[in-house]
Amino acid sequence: MYKKQLVRNDEVAKMMSFISYLLNGLSLGSVYAIIALGYTMVYGIAKMLNFAHGDILMVGGYTAFIAFNSLGLPIPVAILVSMVVCTLLGITIEKIAYKPLRQANSLSVLITAIGVSYLLQNLAQLIFSANPKSFSSFVPLKPVKLAGGQLTISGETIVTIVTCIIIVAGLVTFINKTKAGQAMLAVSEDKGAATLMGVDVNGTISLTFAIGSALAAIGGILLCSAYPTLTPTTGAMPGIKAFVAAVLGGIGSIPGAFVGGIILGVLENLAKAYISSKLSDAIVFSVLIIVLLVKPTGILGKKIMEKV
Amino acid sequence: MMDRVKAEKQKIFRSNMITFGIVIIAYIVVELMMQTGNISSLFKGLLVPLCTYSILAVSLNLVVGISGELSLGHAGFMCIGAFSSATWSMLMKSSGMPEGMRFFIAIVIGAVTAAFFGFLIGIPVLRLKGDYLAIVTLAFGEIIKNLVNALYFGVDANGPHFSLEDSMHLNMDGGTIIIKGAQGITGTPKNSNFTIGIILLLIVLFVVLNLINSRTGRAVMAIRDNRIAAESVGLNATKFKLLAFTISAAIAGIGGALYAHNLSSLQALPKNFGYNQSIMILVFVVMGGIGNIRGSVIAAVVLTLLPELLRGLSDYRMLIYAVVLIFMMLCTSAPSWIQYRDRIMMSFKLKSTDGKENK
Amino acid sequence: MATLLKVDRLGISFGGLKAVDGFNVEIEKNELYGLIGPNGAGKTTVFNLLTGVYKPTNGQIVLDGDNITGLDCEAISKKGIARTFQNIRLFSQLSVLDNVKVGLHNTNQYSTLDGIFRTPKFRKVEREMDEKALELLKVFELDGYCDYKASNLPYGQQRKLEIARALATSPKLLLLDEPAAGMNPNETEELMNTIRLVRDRFDMTILLIEHDMKLVSGICDRLTVLNFGQVLKQGSTQEVLHDPEVIKAYLGD
Repeated sequence: MYKKQLVRNDEVAKMMSFISYLLNGLSLGSVYAIIALGYTMVYGIAKMLNFAHGDILMVGGYTAFIAFNSLGLPIPVAILVSMVVCTLLGITIEKIAYKPLRQANSLSVLITAIGVSYLLQNLAQLIFSANPKSFSSFVPLKPVKLAGGQLTISGETIVTIVTCIIIVAGLVTFINKTKAGQAMLAVSEDKGAATLMGVDVNGTISLTFAIGSALAAIGGILLCSAYPTLTPTTGAMPGIKAFVAAVLGGIGSIPGAFVGGIILGVLENLAKAYISSKLSDAIVFSVLIIVLLVKPTGILGKKIMEKV
Repeated sequence: MMDRVKAEKQKIFRSNMITFGIVIIAYIVVELMMQTGNISSLFKGLLVPLCTYSILAVSLNLVVGISGELSLGHAGFMCIGAFSSATWSMLMKSSGMPEGMRFFIAIVIGAVTAAFFGFLIGIPVLRLKGDYLAIVTLAFGEIIKNLVNALYFGVDANGPHFSLEDSMHLNMDGGTIIIKGAQGITGTPKNSNFTIGIILLLIVLFVVLNLINSRTGRAVMAIRDNRIAAESVGLNATKFKLLAFTISAAIAGIGGALYAHNLSSLQALPKNFGYNQSIMILVFVVMGGIGNIRGSVIAAVVLTLLPELLRGLSDYRMLIYAVVLIFMMLCTSAPSWIQYRDRIMMSFKLKSTDGKENK
Repeated sequence: MATLLKVDRLGISFGGLKAVDGFNVEIEKNELYGLIGPNGAGKTTVFNLLTGVYKPTNGQIVLDGDNITGLDCEAISKKGIARTFQNIRLFSQLSVLDNVKVGLHNTNQYSTLDGIFRTPKFRKVEREMDEKALELLKVFELDGYCDYKASNLPYGQQRKLEIARALATSPKLLLLDEPAAGMNPNETEELMNTIRLVRDRFDMTILLIEHDMKLVSGICDRLTVLNFGQVLKQGSTQEVLHDPEVIKAYLGD
């Protein structure tokens, strides 16, 4: 009888640790999703991969760090400052580096975006040095203990998942219900036609970059709250993975970015826990390659046909 | 009109000869400097890396410039070339095989293994277009780096053993462990030297330049310029893209072999085989002019030497690269910038002719 | 007269929309055949079906007794159909000569290794290609531009180069998609002469899409009128152009 109880306890513990990995995965996935939204919106509207998006996230992290730790601003203000800085940065980058290349081929735009990404990373390194800063969490919530203390859910996990759901719901409403959102849809369908219909294409593209960058700031703060080391390359890997998430879900699709982000985050955490911690990145990237081979447009992407 | 066609061919031939000439002259000058002892040890240490980077830049230019696809995983092919060739050299280290022969085979193994992976990843990936190709090659490069870092490989009397866990899982019965996970390979024979690097670079240039100016190269460039039109005249777009990609991977593998045999310890770090390295090679290609093979070599040399020679600059090295990348792309591809650039060029031309007339 | 192209009940739908439906046509050898119809009638889609850009959902295409239905572009080019495009598609970074030489890719061959090692075979075949390409360019009076970059050619010359490139593949059937688009009356007149010349000199069968009625009535032997993806009328040029139904389709109700 006692032995049986022990086996059951063991099973419960296994179950609890699985749930905990799953929740961590959902949390990480939510961060990926928030970042992926920026990638996907920009791709949908400007038809370009903004490689520097992950680095805007890093800038968001540093800004929040300075605002909170050095300037001693309250958390909501620090978040706001970080969002404003990232928004301005995003719009500036678009104006200076991407806008002149709107008619150029995609190779040139992609290389430029890589250049911008590098520029931000190296500027950050010059200003803040490569030494990691320890980021104090922006989430004041205490961990929640469930199942008699066997399952602990951190405040960051809860806040991240909830924030992500609010953002996705908000964005979908924004695009479907507001005039600016409809303008975005129009520009993503056909720039020329949108111009003829009186849509301010340049303004819409700027707005897209602004929203994407503000989201990156939130993503950066959430990421750094959960994984509290901040370096100039903090944004690089999550940026690439969020990009993978966007492609996985179907680039250009907002629900796709959400689905892709969640799948990727869960997959990464489960792979780390149950297969190999060293190979989790390889597994994540292999999934991307496989998905693209089976369905090149991603899970929720639309098929685009070239007109001959 | 045949004479104009011939003149055009002469022009290409002359241009190729200049490319070879530059490499050979640079070699002679450096050799003379070494004979007379007028060379710093810092510079001496850079000679093989210079050849390696030049080879890699040519390799990537074949994909980016000639085939018109962006690969962000070329460091991955370099990594494969480095590890496969170094493994061979370690295996044969005490076999009594002549050193030259062993190194030659090592380079061939590096090229063939990288080509094999290039082919393997190319089959599915080259069906994708543009941006997707960039991200998949990036993913591929990260996978390779990740796998190599986790790989343990050893040989004993029972044959080869692999593990992705640790050296215990190899279940070795004596024998030697060659690849030790993140520690990589230590004790690779230092077979690379400047002369071999230059010879390899010349061979690579010979292959690539002749390839470009042949029926195959024309087909690859036609597909780059207009895939649909190329298919309409009976070209198999996937086949030619795959061919260019595979050859490029093989060349990157050669670069990797050269790199590996210049170091006694080989590790797959983000710095040498990661995304950063792929980007650095891309900077060489962009700076030298996309599609310009000679430019790639020159850019690789200049951009590697400059930060090393101007020590004060080395902190800003990556920053400068980033600015160069953005600036070059805007100058060559942004219509407004091109207009501005042409206006400036025009005013220079006018000034110089004015000057002549005044004389 | 022998039939070169026989198309039977050809159709394709995109997500339920029948872009082309029940398209039939029979083209004789050495004929100059016109395909006309209002914008959006599905003319270019027919070309895309014939050349393998799209796979037909139903129907059959027989070229010179060979069933080529469902083959891809590359295979169809090898079977002997060449085309030009409505929006010119040249190899813009290549020279004018090289554009034509790419067209010769499948008729004059040597291996990649021959190319890399500059073997005697490479030299011989390259020389043959140069000669053939120049000869073709001469027909279109483009030989003087042979070392120009294709994108630097004037518009009219670009159209001609596209035809020369298509002919380089030694096709049995040549498809021209709006060859006179964007040309002034003088240029169109010149183009008509060129098309006739191509037919006579290369013993070519030509199917062309055109909106310029002067060109159509001037050179086409027979016509098919397409409207809403279906054949509206077929027959000799004069007969078709004077048909009240055709006039109505063009002018609208």
